[in-house]
Amino acid sequence: MSRRESKSTEASRQRAVQLSAGGQNDAPGQGTASLVRIRDLYFSRGERKIFSGLNIEIPRGRITAIMGPSGTGKTTLLKLIGGQLRPDQGTVEVDGLDVHQLNMKELYRLRMRMGMLFQSGALLTDLNVFENVAFPLREHTRLNEALLRKLVLLKLEAVGLRGARKLMPSELSGGMARRVALARAIALDPMMIMYDEPFTGQDPISMGVLVKLIRQLNDAAGLTSIVVSHDVEETSAIADLLYVISDGRVVESGDPRSLRESGSEWTRQFMHGLPDGPVPFHYPAPPLQADLFGEPA
Amino acid sequence: MTEAIARLGRFGIDSVRHLGRASLLLVQVLASMGEVLRRPRLLLEQLFSVGVLTVLIIAVSGLFVGMVLSLQGYYILSQFAAEATLGVMVAASLVRELGPVVTALLFAGRAGSALTAEIGLMKATEQLSGLEMMAVNPVRRVLTPRFLAGFISMPLLAALFSALGVLGGWFVGVGLLGVDDGAWWGQMQARIDWNEDLMNGVIKSLVFGFTCVWIAIFQGYNSVPTSAGVSGATTRTVVHSSLAVLALDFALTALMFD
Repeated sequence: MSRRESKSTEASRQRAVQLSAGGQNDAPGQGTASLVRIRDLYFSRGERKIFSGLNIEIPRGRITAIMGPSGTGKTTLLKLIGGQLRPDQGTVEVDGLDVHQLNMKELYRLRMRMGMLFQSGALLTDLNVFENVAFPLREHTRLNEALLRKLVLLKLEAVGLRGARKLMPSELSGGMARRVALARAIALDPMMIMYDEPFTGQDPISMGVLVKLIRQLNDAAGLTSIVVSHDVEETSAIADLLYVISDGRVVESGDPRSLRESGSEWTRQFMHGLPDGPVPFHYPAPPLQADLFGEPA
Repeated sequence: MTEAIARLGRFGIDSVRHLGRASLLLVQVLASMGEVLRRPRLLLEQLFSVGVLTVLIIAVSGLFVGMVLSLQGYYILSQFAAEATLGVMVAASLVRELGPVVTALLFAGRAGSALTAEIGLMKATEQLSGLEMMAVNPVRRVLTPRFLAGFISMPLLAALFSALGVLGGWFVGVGLLGVDDGAWWGQMQARIDWNEDLMNGVIKSLVFGFTCVWIAIFQGYNSVPTSAGVSGATTRTVVHSSLAVLALDFALTALMFD
């Protein structure tokens, strides 16, 4: 990273810290302004390093987006936050709890306060829409059937799919499946929701619906939202804070406007979708002439 | 040469690693039996899909195997004027050997492959990850009920196979070939021993059932979450289960009828 980029990154970080501290809970020393703290995180898959010294703070009550090109480990990061993967080094704290120091029972108790929207929806294919949303309630509560029904219908109403409660997952469009998954994710009234590429493969209407839902749910239910995405436009429209990651580190962070005006060439290339720049258009290869007329590799 | 030794070493390490993972999974499954017993509905659903849906193939196969046994047995026994013992021969072959073994092979092909494919697809479509993130343990919720259902179903299916095999044999032996009805049932009643024959057959089917469902759930849970991965895991379930059943059958037979 160039010196100019480092300065720009540092300035953005300071803005992000100010943003995260503003309004919610700025009592010094209490450490409650951030719901999720990722410190000095290292993670590898085989020989491939995914994260090398990642530091991220997710403020409470806000929508924080983690962006970066495909293959930078955004989904892996959500799995590390949810305790589904263990880091090689570093810590992930959620609501003051070190996720990877918890025993299974404590981890499951923490997960009951987290919701996750998977890219595929991850609906249980042998249950209909109603039963999918009712599933976490049936597993973790002893509500009577009448109350459970009301709760499920309210959750489905929140995502606009109360009328689709009898449909099976195979009868849903991609956008509807994600909305059902969202209703299921909020069934237990979690403190935070993680969205894994919520906009990928959606038509403009579904995308608009999801953008609106994420914002509305976050504000109405006082949630903390983490959106992992590479859809710059949609994510910038709803995020309060953006982190851009590449090569296992945070390249820059800040509010969407500041990142759009960033001095970093890398951030500019990513935010404006430029085909060439620090991330080259061509995958590393020998010169074309050598490939065409030289010895076959 | 060095490469071959290295490959052999890798194969050995991978095999031990797989066995270790499978054993750990088995411990987790066994440790969560209590919860499944507290929620019998989960078990009943799986008993239906693992056991009841396998009944047809077991029943038809049992009937035909019994009929063929009767034909072949009659051909041999009639040469020694010993057709009256045909019932004993058919029943002993079925309860001691063919019932447990053929049922286990069919069970691996029908229910084992279905279990692996179902679990593998749940993994590939992130349903198992989804359960984990909903604070629901997939081993308890998905694997253990299936394991227990398979373990319970197998001896019942083997008993059905043997019973229908005897009926099929009776139909051919008594109905078509003219063996005396009284000799068929009387000899069978006199010669088939409760412990030596029936219980040993039950023990075999319990061991085979345990092995087949263990392999099936492990292969599904351990599958690579892609279409090729799930298809490979399903094939491995059938191949490994069949080989394990045949090898265990030899070992158990040697121990039981020493």
